[in-house]
Amino acid sequence: MRTFLSRHHADPTANTIAQALGWFSIGLGALEILAPRKMARTFGMPRSRGVLAGYGVREIASGVGLLWAKDRRPWIWSRVGGDALDVATLAAGMGPSNPRRGTTGLAMAMVLGVAALDIFCAARLSAAPGRAAPVRDYSARSGWPRGAAAARGSARDFATPRDMRAPPGLRHLNGGEQPG
Amino acid sequence: MRALCYHGKQDIRCDTVPDPRIEDPRDAIIKVTSCAICGSDLHLYDGFMPGMENGDIMGHEFMGEVMEVGRDNTRLKVGDRVVVPFTIICGECEQCRRGNYSVCERSNRNASVAAKVFGHATAGLFGYTHLTGGYPGGQAEYVRVPYADASAVKVPSTLTDEQVLFLGDIFPTGWQAAVACDIEPSDTVAIWGCGPVGQFAIRAAIMLGAKQVVAIDNVPERLVMAKAAGATVIDFDQESVVERLNELTGGKGPEKCIDAVGLESHATRSVDALYDRAKQAVMMETDRPHVLREIMYVCRPAGTISVPGVYGGLVDKIPFGAFMNKGLTMRTGQTHVNRWTDDLLRRIEEGQIDPSFVITHRASLEEGPALYKTFRDKQDGCVKVVLRP
Ligand SMILES: NC(=O)c1ccc[n+]([C@@H]2O[C@H](COP(=O)([O-])OP(=O)(O)OC[C@H]3O[C@@H](n4cnc5c(N)ncnc54)[C@H](O)[C@@H]3O)[C@@H](O)[C@H]2O)c1
Ligand SMILES: [Zn+2]
Ligand SMILES: [Zn+2]
Repeated sequence: MRTFLSRHHADPTANTIAQALGWFSIGLGALEILAPRKMARTFGMPRSRGVLAGYGVREIASGVGLLWAKDRRPWIWSRVGGDALDVATLAAGMGPSNPRRGTTGLAMAMVLGVAALDIFCAARLSAAPGRAAPVRDYSARSGWPRGAAAARGSARDFATPRDMRAPPGLRHLNGGEQPG
Repeated sequence: MRALCYHGKQDIRCDTVPDPRIEDPRDAIIKVTSCAICGSDLHLYDGFMPGMENGDIMGHEFMGEVMEVGRDNTRLKVGDRVVVPFTIICGECEQCRRGNYSVCERSNRNASVAAKVFGHATAGLFGYTHLTGGYPGGQAEYVRVPYADASAVKVPSTLTDEQVLFLGDIFPTGWQAAVACDIEPSDTVAIWGCGPVGQFAIRAAIMLGAKQVVAIDNVPERLVMAKAAGATVIDFDQESVVERLNELTGGKGPEKCIDAVGLESHATRSVDALYDRAKQAVMMETDRPHVLREIMYVCRPAGTISVPGVYGGLVDKIPFGAFMNKGLTMRTGQTHVNRWTDDLLRRIEEGQIDPSFVITHRASLEEGPALYKTFRDKQDGCVKVVLRP
């Protein structure tokens, strides 16, 4: 029997967070791509705008991955990796030579906060057993007290009411009479 | 009495509320012995249906014992054991006389509001928004049943609550969904959604003699339950539904398609799903019609689409060109429950089917709020919850 491996419902909390992080990634990525100069200046790191645009592409990729991919795990881990890069980049800008290191510090605090969420979510998603097997076995719940063979067509005595008949012009497709 | 009450999105509480009283001579008061949580309740729980108010009593799937009858109610006696259909019907108006019970012209006491939203009012429903009458529901110790002489279905003591409870909604709903497909012995019937309604639609299609029944979902336990009845299953997380259905029908598509999912359909890896989520979030669309789109695309030309799944308002990007050019037929509606109950009760008594197969969780009313969440999230293998007040 094939195994069922579905990310849905396995861990609803982690899935909800992953989805929120996905949208967040896309939003932040768009900002980094559309206004890298402005962002770089805000942090007092005008020379890092090329880097920022690059990070924007990375953010959008993780976001799309988180929202669309069948398996979210690689994408959430890619965010964790990206957080490390962000931290390194911001750390480089925290030196005394940066007149705006206050803002940079704030950004650092935010990145660390989101990173914590990323790590939590990545851990939860990776810990979830996936959906290797149904948690309960309903293979005996046929609903047929007299067995499956007896059930097939057991209601052929039922006459479809007139208002629910398939249109007569179409019935021949089903092997019945030809339309008149 | 105790009752499960609505207090806002994802906030159901077990409250103490006043006992119901006879308000009309045709009424009856029922002491509820069993009630259930339905996928339709989830649309309220998730806040997708307009017209709920703080404190409304939830629930439309219930049965019990008659405690009191109004003076004009000559059909019921105190002590009768009855299942109550979720659609409230007068039994006398033009639509009721035609058997179109779910569009009864008299039972919706908020008809003018409903008419503003839908063009014309539909029947009153228990525990289901003020658009359908704002009637207190059956997830409670007692319920007032309006027009009880026309609607309540007497059930024999030889059958257990669990065997007959679902005559009030999901069994007839799955049945009507399949009947509306007018199934022929050569038909492939594809059913989206293996929740309780889908499970009964699957079984009805098998009983009505379909050649092949294909069931679609992504919840493993539900797919196993569908397979147990004899359906071929497709996990939409694992494979392309359209490709698989074409493969199973020699490239022609299923003749009959049933949407037993409704307005909260999920989709994996599809652009339209993201689009719907975004539009729903900013209130530019109320319903997510991914399944409807898929059905219109894959259904065999000249085929029939049957939609028991509930929709509440507006949908977007419907491939109406496919629907029109392929000459498809669509049948919809809340279920005309009373039209099917006698026949289905007989089939249960004869042992053609035992509806209790679908019950996975049994609990008290107090545990109801927690089980709403379990059922919504499909956790712990939850397919159907039955509560005993
Ligand atoms: N017409 C009526 O009178 C009537 C009566 C009762 C219920 N309903 C409606 O029927 C629908 C189903 O009810 P239920 O109790 O079975 O609810 P449910 O929520 O338990 O079942 C819905 C199922 O659909 C599945 N699903 C979601 N997206 C899907 C997709 N893209 N493809 C295939 N499956 C998908 C879900 O995983 C779930 O198993 C609801 O909309 C409910 O309101 C209608
Ligand atoms: Zn229901
Ligand atoms: Zn009526």
